[in-house]
Order: sequence, then structure tokens, then C-alpha cells
Amino acid sequence: MSLSLIIKREFNAKVRNKSFIVMTFLSPLLVVVMGCLVGYLASVNGDEVNKVVVYDKAGLLKSDFENTDYTVYTDLSGMSLEKAKEKASEGYLGLIYVPQVDSLPQLVNKVEYITNETPNLEYVSEIEGVVNSKLTKYNLEQLGFDSDKIDKAKTKSNIHLSKFSGEETFKEGSILKIALGGLSGYLIMMFVIIYGNMVMRSVIEEKTNRIIEIIISSVKPFQLMMGKIIGTSLAGILQFLIWAILGLTLFFVLNMVFGVQMGAASSQPEAAAATQEAMSSIQIYLSEFAKLPLATIFISFLLYFIGGYFLYSSFYAAIGAAVDSETDSQQFLLPIIMPLMLGVYVGIFTVISDPHGTVATVFSMIPLTSPIVMLMRIPFGVPMWQIIVSLLILFGTFFAVVWFASKIYRIGILMYGKKPSYKEIFKWLKY
Amino acid sequence: MDSILKVNNVVKQYGDYTALNSVSLDVPKGSIYGLLGPNGAGKTSLIRIINQITMPDSGEVLLDGEKLKPEHVAHIGYMPEERGLYKSMKVGEQALYLAQLKGISKQEAKKQLDYWFEKLEIKGWWNKKIQELSKGMAQKIQFVVTVLHQPKLLIFDEPFSGFDPVNANLIKDEILELRDKGATVIFSTHRMESVEEMCDHIALIHKSNKLIEGKLHDVKKQYRTNTFDVGIAPYNFQQLLADINTKFKTEKADFKTLDDELKLAVTLPQGGSPRDLMQYLMQHGEVTYFVEKIPSVNDIFIQTVSQK
Repeated sequence: MSLSLIIKREFNAKVRNKSFIVMTFLSPLLVVVMGCLVGYLASVNGDEVNKVVVYDKAGLLKSDFENTDYTVYTDLSGMSLEKAKEKASEGYLGLIYVPQVDSLPQLVNKVEYITNETPNLEYVSEIEGVVNSKLTKYNLEQLGFDSDKIDKAKTKSNIHLSKFSGEETFKEGSILKIALGGLSGYLIMMFVIIYGNMVMRSVIEEKTNRIIEIIISSVKPFQLMMGKIIGTSLAGILQFLIWAILGLTLFFVLNMVFGVQMGAASSQPEAAAATQEAMSSIQIYLSEFAKLPLATIFISFLLYFIGGYFLYSSFYAAIGAAVDSETDSQQFLLPIIMPLMLGVYVGIFTVISDPHGTVATVFSMIPLTSPIVMLMRIPFGVPMWQIIVSLLILFGTFFAVVWFASKIYRIGILMYGKKPSYKEIFKWLKY
Repeated sequence: MDSILKVNNVVKQYGDYTALNSVSLDVPKGSIYGLLGPNGAGKTSLIRIINQITMPDSGEVLLDGEKLKPEHVAHIGYMPEERGLYKSMKVGEQALYLAQLKGISKQEAKKQLDYWFEKLEIKGWWNKKIQELSKGMAQKIQFVVTVLHQPKLLIFDEPFSGFDPVNANLIKDEILELRDKGATVIFSTHRMESVEEMCDHIALIHKSNKLIEGKLHDVKKQYRTNTFDVGIAPYNFQQLLADINTKFKTEKADFKTLDDELKLAVTLPQGGSPRDLMQYLMQHGEVTYFVEKIPSVNDIFIQTVSQK
């Protein structure tokens, strides 16, 4: 009875808060806007045309540096090297110097790229590529091969992936799994931190408001703490559901939009070839996405969110009870943030390289990191028993932690004025 | 008289510190019971135990003859010294929530709330947030929240702090009215004049021990000093002054009268009766003023606390 009252109040207090509404509807928009912005900026960056001087007195490589969308070459071989350098330093990105040599192979380590900028590695390898292909071609011809024929003989393969069951898979699928796993793991961390902090702030608020004494003269502190944790978690779940619905809507809209454009593009043959390739990769992504164990991901996200959030927010509630203001909470928060960060890093570095390796498996069992690491593993397919064991450990730990937390909470909420040390908090456990 | 609350040998320790050292109280039904004591005496610890916020280490508390149990919170209304409400919650919603936590239904809470809002003339505040109210206004809400669930035992810790004299009087009248309707009130305060004015029973706690308990009237009798404020226009000023000190202990007194007479505080010797003093005085002059000095709660408080 009172527990449901408290849950209701906490839920309402969170959901009616302006920042909740703003965050729920604005942040997906923000993500989309950020994505577009990054894409746009990247394309702007790519559009920039670099002007590079080629100095090649002997004319060995001149003709091989062809203008592209991003680079325009100017031949200044007619001037003296000093003059060309002087000119290149004003208004040009750099100067490619091809020394005069007797035969092409001598160029191997002699071509220079002079620039004041930090050389763009991609561009340097582009220059190397030009030199390499020229020299390779030359060498092949010396050996008596017809380089044109060799060019024709070159193939570009595309490995076809499938499962033993015969089901087709795509490389894009792995990328998608990494992205989705990383995103859900990261989202869990954010959720735990944001909602855990909310629990802590609400405990501190009651303490500084001094309403705590009135409330615990009506209900048990444990009820109040659990009501707070559950009420806040419901607000979190609501927010997640809204995001999931928005995300799914976006997915279907994308599917429809690109499905329609495919048909439109094919009616214009000249543009079709280029767009078709781009379209089909988006289609592959979409179809791969639909193939993922979405239901498992969704349900385990909810379960791990609840478990992880319950576990951490009991810590947060105990900390909130122990301190008088948010600024005092910093030193106690560090040990909480650490395992969360560890989870994300372990997830990123081990799961991607080997989703079912020992490290990843162990960390997906340890309750403090399992919500993050396991979620990153799930898109790659985790045996059901592992998920169940990990969830059991998680919820078991939660019950142990909540028992300790409620002891700290019970004492802490009535303590004012002094910031307790770790030693004192341990003493409270014995009261 | 029936007692509503009995505290039997309650001990409470925080680590090495003893907050309550075997304290017993007996609060009669329908009384206004003043719980007095200097800061840190253990009053708040005791009140928290009565409210089941903390548990006693030993001893027991009986409400209406029953050992305290969780359901009893519905019968107790508590206004702590440190007032507190949710700042960003609306007044009506908040009062309903707190009343429901005490275990009454929403309809009943609404009915009571309407009654009190009407009574205190704060009807328009329902949808206001606490942070929009002044301190005195918030205090009124605090009072309403305390009494909303019609508890039979009301505990007020410093009820008048934060009120202006008009509102303090209003609240005082409300408390008296609640008492007349059958509620019992426990009052913890440092304002001795309001104890004097309102309480019929008092208890004094000092350094974790109960030192005094009883009807205010009886306590005062116990602390009477048999001292009388006397105003006299003597026939022979010098002679009286010389003579009275051989028979009684006197001190200069200070009280207001219309004439310019001799003012003395006269203490009777052991076993002496006021009649002897009166007769003596009448032989020596015209008595214009004769009043027993009744010890004030303030005197009793200071005397008891500084003795120990």
C-alpha cells in the first residue's frame, strides 16, 4: 500500500520533471542531428581541394599524378627547384619532388614530399601508390609481361558469407552487431549513471528538505528506499520504451523511403548504377538488422537495465543518505563509476575481437560489469544458459547489496552536519 | 486518569553515548503534555522512538495499552522541529500523499483537507508549490499535514517557531480545540511561556534522565518556596526593617503597585504559615500587597538543570 504510493510519487516526480520530457524527446533528435552534422562536416572536409606542386624535371612520373576531386596537381618543372619550392610554400599544400635519375627503379626511395603541414597519412600512401604502380608496371614490362593484360587479369572478389544452416550473412552484419552491442552497453552505462544519480539526488533532496523525518514516521526507511528505486526505474523504462518506439519508427520509415527510391532510381538508367550500389548497402544493413535476435536483445536489455540499475542505485541511495549535499558525494561516487567504465572498456576491447573469449565471458558474469559486457555480446549470439546464470548472479548480488545499502540508508538519513568517512559508514552497518 | 502513552524504562544508546537512560513517562489521555529539557537532553531521541523512527535498545512504549507496532503510525501525528515538505510538489497533492502514507483513504484525506483549508482560510493554495509559499504559509501546511489523519496523539516539536504572533495564536487555538475534541498533545519546546499557558502536565529531561514529571500544578507545589511578595506602608520604617529580618528572610522585591511603599520578598521559616506573616505585617503597617511567589516553569527549569 505505502510502497505503491511511494513508487507512484517518485515516478510522477521524475516524469513530470521538465528535464525528463526534454531529454526523452530531444535526445533522439539530437542524436540524429549530430549524425547528420558529422556526416555533413566529413563531406565538407572531403570537398576541400588540395593543390599540390609536382616537380619532375625528367618527366618520369608527371603524367601519373592525375587530378582527382580532392587533389589538383600543378607542374612547375620548368622553374628552378628553389623557385618552385618558394612558389609551392605559398598557396599550395606541398611539393612532390621527383629527382632526375637514369632509370625508373632508382626512384624507389628517392621521391620526396615536402610540406609544412603535418602530412596526411592517407595522402602520403596515395603518392606511394602512384610511385609503386609505375615502378611495378615498369618492372613487369622489363620481365616481359604485358601490363595491360595483367591489369585485365586482376580480379576484385567479394567473399560470400553464410552459416552452416545455409543462411546468408553479410560483413555488414558484424559491423551492425558491434554497433548495436556497443550502443546497448553504452546506453546501459548512461542509464545507470543518470538514473542512479536521480535516486541519489532525490534522497539528498528529502534529507535537506527535512521531510525525511515526517515520511519515516509513517513508513519504514526500507520501503521508502525501495519505492524510490523502483519508481525511478519505471521512469527509466518508460523513457527507454519511448526511444525504442521512436527507433523502430525510424527503421520502418527508412525502409520505406529507400524501398521507394530504389524503384525511382532504376527508371533513370544513367544515375541508377551509382545509386544502386549505395542503396543496396543500406538495404543490406536494414535486412541484416531485421535478422538480429532483436527480441532477445530487447528483453535482455530491459532485464539487464533493471538488474544493473537496481544494483547500482542501491549504492547511489546509500551514498545519498550518507552525505548532506551533492558536492560531498564525489569521493563515494568514484568507486561506483570505475566498474562501469571498466565494463565499457572491457566490452569495447575484448568483445569486438573475440565476443566469446574468456575475458569477455568472465566479465559478462561479474555482476558489476555484466549488464554492459553481456549486452555487447548478445548480438553475436550467447548461449541462453550463460545469460540466465549471469542474470541470476546479478539479481542475487542486488539482494545482498540492497540489504547493506538499506542499513546505511536507515542510519544516514537521520545524520546531519558531518560528512562521514568510510570507516564510519562501515560502523553503521553494525548498528 | 487513563494514560494514552506509556514509556517504560526506555534506553537508547548511540555507540558509547547514552541518549536515554531508562526513561519512563506516563502521558494522560486528553492532556497537553510539555516535554521539556535543554538542548541535547534526549527529547528528540525519545520522540523518534515514540514515532517508531528508531527502536529503543531496551524498554517498551505502550500506546493505549498496546505495545507499539507499525499500524500505530496512523494514530500519531508528528511535526518535527526541522520542518520539511517537498518543495516542488503541489500543496494539495503533497498533503494527500502524506495522509495516505499514514494509512487513510484518498477520499477521507480529501474531505479532511477541505475542512482544514477552509478553517485556516488557505483554500486557494491547493495548486501552489511549496517553494512559492512564504515560510509562515509553509508552516500552516505543515500543521495541516500533521493533523490531517485525525491522530489521537499529536507530537509537536517547537510548534510555534516560524509563526508570526497572529498565526502562532491561531495554531495555539487549533491545538486547544483538537485537545477538546479528544486528542492528546505532546509538546516539546523551549518557550516556557507557552508551556505555562497551555500545558497541564510536564516532564523534564536532562542529560538523558527524566528529572521531573507530573501535573504542572503539583510540580509547582513541589517547588514552592513559601516566598511572598509584600507591599507595606510601615508606621515606623527603620524599626520594621530592623525587626523583620530577625523573624523572616527578606529580599528586595520588584513589582508594580500604585503607591510608593516598601517592597519586600519575604520567605517563611520552615513550618511557618502565611497567617503568621500577615499578622506580623499588619501590626507594623498598612499592607497593600500580599501575593505568594509561584515558581514559574522557567524557574523550575533553570533550578533543576543547574543543580545537576
